[in-house]
Amino acid sequence: MPVKIRYFAWMREKTGKAEEIVDLPAGLVTVADVVEWLKGRGPEYGEAFAKPGVVRAALDQTHVKLEASIAGAREIAFFPPVTGG
Amino acid sequence: MAVRVQHEDFDIGAEAARLVAGRTDIGSVVTFTGIVRDGNGGGTIAGMTLEHYPGMTEKELARVEAEARARWPLQASLIVHRVGTLRPGDNIVLVVTASLHRQAAFDAAAFLMDYLKTRAPFWKKELGADGSEQWVEARESDDEAAERWAVSDPPGLTPSRKR
Repeated sequence: MPVKIRYFAWMREKTGKAEEIVDLPAGLVTVADVVEWLKGRGPEYGEAFAKPGVVRAALDQTHVKLEASIAGAREIAFFPPVTGG
Repeated sequence: MAVRVQHEDFDIGAEAARLVAGRTDIGSVVTFTGIVRDGNGGGTIAGMTLEHYPGMTEKELARVEAEARARWPLQASLIVHRVGTLRPGDNIVLVVTASLHRQAAFDAAAFLMDYLKTRAPFWKKELGADGSEQWVEARESDDEAAERWAVSDPPGLTPSRKR
């Protein structure tokens, strides 16, 4: 099942892309598993995800913790802590 | 009962007037406006760009607004947040709350801002007067401000525990 991955703010700059469609390999269960898999795709991902604890995630446009299950998700977003207002 | 994300500026008076127009069940209106500041004495910030997550932003703002309406008796409310490039002195965000009595309107406006700052997916990048660019880092004080509204906290105790 193809999943859209989106990146915002400096994560978009470090990965060099705002979004991409990926086929996640079977066996990835949580958002954290996706992070580990992405980190193996290239140095730009390693850099974007380098700081543990800083990366926030959303599944289908709802905030989730990295331990959340990705089952059924169509869109996964990664971003730094928000700074609006 | 409305949230908007827009590039254009907003007129605070006109927005508040529109919210109460033709109604006689509103006794209090509170407006909060966030403005781009040039924090360190002036002249160091040329402006900022605000990026957001279209779709999720509107959902989160609506969720925050619904939460406020569940907690306080609000007759009307509005959140407007700007995106794009802004200069020092420009408006960034507007929150308007209307209620029968002032306390609900004051408290709901503070709650909306505190929650919005920690939940709504916006990111600010400061543009320095010297041409530099820097992503604004999230502040711990914003998390603490939002946490004081946590429902698990004993009522009446939370503000005094704030540093």
